[in-house]
Amino acid sequence: MSPVSRRELLLGGAAAGAGLVIGVYASKFGSVTGFSAGHEAFSPNAYLRILPDNTVTIMVARSEMGQGVRTALPMILAEELGADWPTQVRIEQAGASTLFGDQTTGGSFSIHSLWDPMRKAGAQAREMLLAAAAQRWSVPAGECKAEKGAVSHEKSKRSATFGELADAAGRMPAPSEAPLKRPEEYKIVGTHAARLDTPSKIDGSAQFGIDVRVENMKHALLARTPTIGGKVVSFDDSDAKKVEGVRLVSKIGDSAVAVIADSVWAAMEGRRALKVTWDDGPNKNLGMAAIWDGLKQASSKKGAPLYSTGDFAKASGRMVEATYQLPLLAHAPMEPGNTTAVVQHGGCELWSPTQVPQDVRDSVAIALGLPSDKVKVNVTLLGGGFGRRLEHDYAVEAALVANSMPGTAVQTLWTREDDMQHSPYRPMSLHVMSAKLDGAGWPVAFQHKIIGPGISTQKGFPLMGGLDPDLASEAAFLYPIPNVTIEHVATETPVPLGWLRSVWGMQIGLATEAFLDEVAAAGGKDPLDLRLHLLREDREIHIGDDHWQTARLREVIKLAAEKSGWGKPLPAGVYRGIACWACFSTYSAEVVELSMEGDLPKVHRVVAAIDCGTVVNPNIVDQQMHSGVVFGMSAALRGKITIEGGRVQQANFDDYEPLRMNEFPKIEAYWVKSGEAPTGIGEPTVPPLAPALLNAMYAATKKRVRAVPVMG
Amino acid sequence: MPDFSLNVNGSDRKVSVAANTPLLWVLRDTLAMTGTKFGCGAGLCGACSVHVEGELVRSCSVAISEIGSKKVTTIEGLSADRSHPLQKAWIAEDVPQCGYCQSGQIMAAAALLAKSPSPTEEELTAGMSRNLCRCGTYDRIRKAIHRAAGQPAAANGGGAQ
Repeated sequence: MSPVSRRELLLGGAAAGAGLVIGVYASKFGSVTGFSAGHEAFSPNAYLRILPDNTVTIMVARSEMGQGVRTALPMILAEELGADWPTQVRIEQAGASTLFGDQTTGGSFSIHSLWDPMRKAGAQAREMLLAAAAQRWSVPAGECKAEKGAVSHEKSKRSATFGELADAAGRMPAPSEAPLKRPEEYKIVGTHAARLDTPSKIDGSAQFGIDVRVENMKHALLARTPTIGGKVVSFDDSDAKKVEGVRLVSKIGDSAVAVIADSVWAAMEGRRALKVTWDDGPNKNLGMAAIWDGLKQASSKKGAPLYSTGDFAKASGRMVEATYQLPLLAHAPMEPGNTTAVVQHGGCELWSPTQVPQDVRDSVAIALGLPSDKVKVNVTLLGGGFGRRLEHDYAVEAALVANSMPGTAVQTLWTREDDMQHSPYRPMSLHVMSAKLDGAGWPVAFQHKIIGPGISTQKGFPLMGGLDPDLASEAAFLYPIPNVTIEHVATETPVPLGWLRSVWGMQIGLATEAFLDEVAAAGGKDPLDLRLHLLREDREIHIGDDHWQTARLREVIKLAAEKSGWGKPLPAGVYRGIACWACFSTYSAEVVELSMEGDLPKVHRVVAAIDCGTVVNPNIVDQQMHSGVVFGMSAALRGKITIEGGRVQQANFDDYEPLRMNEFPKIEAYWVKSGEAPTGIGEPTVPPLAPALLNAMYAATKKRVRAVPVMG
Repeated sequence: MPDFSLNVNGSDRKVSVAANTPLLWVLRDTLAMTGTKFGCGAGLCGACSVHVEGELVRSCSVAISEIGSKKVTTIEGLSADRSHPLQKAWIAEDVPQCGYCQSGQIMAAAALLAKSPSPTEEELTAGMSRNLCRCGTYDRIRKAIHRAAGQPAAANGGGAQ
């Protein structure tokens, strides 16, 4: 982004530009997100604008955090439109808007939820372009076709570019229903298309939140309460203000003090020199022993039923039991938290790497006492998200900081230590598992008691059927065992909680799939055979709003097994484990191959298979599968946040160290060819990794590891 | 604030900053060259990697006063038009996901190839393992480096079934 001049901040004003009018899609705030369309522009819906210069601009109303939405979403629209991909296509990022419904980027839901709207937006425009051409040439629209950015009429050998037709197309009535292409007609969807954002990410020009530059802007860092729930008693800024470049020291909320300076370095030096007296608050003695004790005590309570069939208690059979334990985790995206904000003219404008622009808008409005339409949120590229940027904390804080220096843009930055120690965390959990086996060694009863705090519950979202609302789509149990009880004992914690990539799926998937390996071993079954046996019949399973098919899960397990060479000999000292999971409407299975170096695993190969319906872009699906595997492996091997004295103990990438290249296995990513509507890909490959790893460790050592991270 | 002269991407620049200011913040805040990223501030992640006299340096951990007249190269100076063999290879392999670490990855790869124009797997791994990527692009990074080095890359398997 070139420096944004003050004139362009447009707070409360109109977007000005000679000869331009604001399209009907601009929000009441001004040109917040909608297109500034020229008179000859063709903009039949909020997602699309075609100009006489033959450019096709597609609005992306989700946040790009690496998962490829700035490429894959436009591909869907461009396909139906018949655009010349990628030559004539331009991308525009929507900020917080009222035009696109819920803009939250999460739950592996972007492609899943926008598949129909993007197709319809493209098809509607295509029909109008066809109608415009047909009228111009006095031929039936049905004889015209739109392809490669032009409409052609074969019989009369005429053609016109979309740009040439844009003005006329804008005068055509919008069809209420436009036909959609059949999969065999696809020219863009399903192709291994290059990402549109790659060139900017290899020459330093990509603009992340931290790269926003506004004229005369200042930089802020905050001293934050070292203990969870602590507060500022007082502060002495006399030394901080001696640091050259420090402009203002200001208390922000109850628990932080901001140092605003001319540069990040001056803010850092100022923060170092700042003396804050803290009230350590009610959690100053909180530690892991008490946290785990609390969960263990809660494990004797009856949980809220998530899924139940038959009667576990009455079923007879040989009992197998185990308890699994998962730690707190941090997201640690590579780009630390930041947001740039300016408060002036009765409004606030923000530039934020956020997954929730509308939540940021509304939360900033409340924090500053402004109407929502006086808060403008621009969405930058996100340097990773993983759920961390589903929180509005750092954006609201930046607005409060900017509010202490009205009229001046301030970029508030988190250091890595701030991020590691003051973020919401993936909750810890205990999983009490039991199963009963019949005489042949097959499970006839299965029980899973999930013990731990719910994230959405802590945040005050309403329970669904007495349950944490995240559970349903992330805890699907697809094995048709006759007696099953899955219940959740909800605990409370003062530790702030946040959704981490695959959320409950990572916790419940690990416990279920690792325990199933124990069930297989206890019954004398091969772990693959047990899963295929349980899934042998085609069944439809309905949990919450989700409809699951056992056949699809069975096929991805078979695919992973086949590609891994399951059952075939391995080199000496190398062992395999398998696991699967279905979440976010997608089916996933993985086989991990490893050897042991002492007590620690060395992973050599991961074979991942997935059924996410129609693959919009195999290039991006391959990336996301790699990404999920690596994310799952970082957590399984080393991921652990601990708290002592009410303080997070980890601080940086030395004590919370994601996977590095020297630990990176060979990954093979396979997907099922499918004509089903596309479903999520960002998260579903995360949950199977850890249980497949634990199961392979058991194959190697015949010892069960029931707690992660495995490196302690 | 004291004045410092430095040479960045072939241009002589003058800055007035505190002597202990890390090169990273001089590049980002003073010279408005934001391609070099802040990731950890402690030399652990490599997002801030640049070259000083051709050597790979963590710009978050070296003060401006240590730079003197040495020549600094950042991602913006690797080529004027994305024509460096690594940049071309990065595009061909479509390496980045979120992209935040990629400036540092490319600078680390460039330093690696300058020393080992045809790196072995071990040399490549050793040269790149100090740079973190949270998105899991390591496989494509490896392939892109081999491509830039003119080496055949091993097929990985995978795809539609």
